[in-house]
Amino acid sequence: MNARNLRHDLFFYLGILLICVPFLKIHTLYVLPVFLGAWGLRRFADFAGENRLMVTLRERTVNSVLAHRRVTVGLILAVALLIPLGASDYLIEVFTSVILYAILATALNITVGLTGVLVLGFIGFYAVGAYTTGILTAKFALCGFWIALPLSGLAAMLCGILLGIPALRLRGDYLAVVTLGFGEIIRIFLTNLNGLTGGPNGILGIKRPSFGLFTLDHPRDFYWFALAVLSLVILIVARLVDSRYGRAWIAIRENEMAAGALGINVFRKHLLSFSLSAFFGGIAGSLFAVKQGFISPDSFTFYESVLILCMVVLGGIGNVAGSVTGALLLIAAPEFLREFSLYRMLVFGAVMIAFMVFRPSGLLGSRVIAQEIKDRADDGP
Amino acid sequence: MFLQHLLNGITIGGSYALIALGYTLVYGVLKLINFAHGEIYMIGAYLGFILISLLPAMPPFLQGSLPLFLLVVFGIAAMICSLYGFYLEKICYRPLRGAPKLTPLISALGASIFLQNFVMISMGAKDRIFPQTIGMRAISLGGVSFTPLQLTIIFSSIALMALLYWFINRTRLGTAIRATSTDPFMAALVGINVDTVISVTFMAGSFLAACAGVMIGLYYGSINFTLGYLGGIKAFTAAVLGGIGNVPGAMVGGFLLGIIEALGAGYFSSEYKDVYAFFILIAVLVFRPAGLLGKRSDERA
Repeated sequence: MNARNLRHDLFFYLGILLICVPFLKIHTLYVLPVFLGAWGLRRFADFAGENRLMVTLRERTVNSVLAHRRVTVGLILAVALLIPLGASDYLIEVFTSVILYAILATALNITVGLTGVLVLGFIGFYAVGAYTTGILTAKFALCGFWIALPLSGLAAMLCGILLGIPALRLRGDYLAVVTLGFGEIIRIFLTNLNGLTGGPNGILGIKRPSFGLFTLDHPRDFYWFALAVLSLVILIVARLVDSRYGRAWIAIRENEMAAGALGINVFRKHLLSFSLSAFFGGIAGSLFAVKQGFISPDSFTFYESVLILCMVVLGGIGNVAGSVTGALLLIAAPEFLREFSLYRMLVFGAVMIAFMVFRPSGLLGSRVIAQEIKDRADDGP
Repeated sequence: MFLQHLLNGITIGGSYALIALGYTLVYGVLKLINFAHGEIYMIGAYLGFILISLLPAMPPFLQGSLPLFLLVVFGIAAMICSLYGFYLEKICYRPLRGAPKLTPLISALGASIFLQNFVMISMGAKDRIFPQTIGMRAISLGGVSFTPLQLTIIFSSIALMALLYWFINRTRLGTAIRATSTDPFMAALVGINVDTVISVTFMAGSFLAACAGVMIGLYYGSINFTLGYLGGIKAFTAAVLGGIGNVPGAMVGGFLLGIIEALGAGYFSSEYKDVYAFFILIAVLVFRPAGLLGKRSDERA
């Protein structure tokens, strides 16, 4: 690090601090340690990227985990299964939330990670799933949970197809904004269609599911049920990644034109990934409805969409294990840092920028994307 | 009644147009959507609030003359916001130039969340009420009632647009911006510093957004830290409606969207007021992605 670098950094951070002055109050002076931390992290990233020891250490760890994949997955599953035996009810509820978000993040990862389509209104599918279950089982009591669960997934999937057919002809930023609009439209309709959705008050009294005589009333039982659903979703997605479809999706992500030239029907593959991810989103929504017993439009804001996207980004775009890690970090960590809850979203925003700038592939990023970003950066614009 | 809705629509539309210009300018030079632009507009509104609250502490010559005072408020808010735009580009976009399209989009989203929460933490989550400064007494003329404030807003937004038009078409920097948006590579070859041009574009867009923020604050009388989200989406819709990357298009789109919204809220249902923008957005993107005044291009959206 030379003096010029330091001076440049100094001017840079001072300038930012200066424009923040109108907004600075005593307690927002916390911004200062954030800046210092950012500066330190930047220097550390420079160091870790170049230092031989750090690089080999990192690669060794990654390689050994990859070599013993089955063992790792088995261990994680065993721990996940055993958690409820030792934890308090509150903690089990927290981990159930983690599982629901992990399902959502895995589902979103199909579109964002595998096909490279940014979806900003993903919470819309979650809402459709939750409300389908709420309306079918509680509002009009038409059927039980076990029929409502697949119907919720299908309803969300139908929305996905109806949105996807026109929207998937667009690309990149435009598609992102259209999906954002979709999420908002769903929320505004949920708030205003009083007869069907109960308006701003939502739907009350959604019962927990039961197996014959056995009801999943206890948080522990529901946790295991949710864990089973998550495992199934992950299994399906992981198998899909290795299938013809998954390869086609990744091919589209890497280069759409080349994929089309190879005979892949780009639009249909896009639509498939979109509707599949909507389906899983709807399933998660259904679980959410029975977990809470109560749903209202407040649970389905744009922030939730961003939160799920954050999980995907943080864990590593296109990496299934990464999505689960992201969910664990972003849901469980804030529970243990309650005093800082005010600063949670502030930190999320900063983390999203930092990851994109310094480590676009996320914590457990897929190598392909990282390499692609590096290549393009080398080529220049 | 129709004329009344039309006038309200034009008032709001002017500020949509000003924000939309920021989207369009940035899209022109970088071919990406600046997702954090709405937050700059929100910060502009808050700066306006802070500065207007300072009125009693101002020197007497400013307290005496309201137009001069407002000019100072607009000027300072716009300057500070330009710096926000400058740093936004430098932190979130410049390191990612040439990366896949998803990457800058996510970092912009991060910036948007960061700025929103920064303002929320420092200014509080509650609505802030603007101090009354400019006349709110309605004047009635042929069945249409309006306030002096509304007229001020309409005229100043048109003046700012004229200023931008002059800047883009008549100055050296404006010419450089146009050259860069036509072909950045060729622009660099003829000696234009593309980095500078991009910075200036962000600053110009933020300048206009800040003015729009102050206007909206004065017009509605209360502001909130979530202002930028909806405002940003609507202005983006306006930019798409007029044809993104097209400067006159953004102006037309902004006014058009404001009028559609006012008429929709007036004649149909005001609960769904915010939905109109989203429906227009989806409809335009699906049926005519190039917008009303845009050229059809080979690379679709």
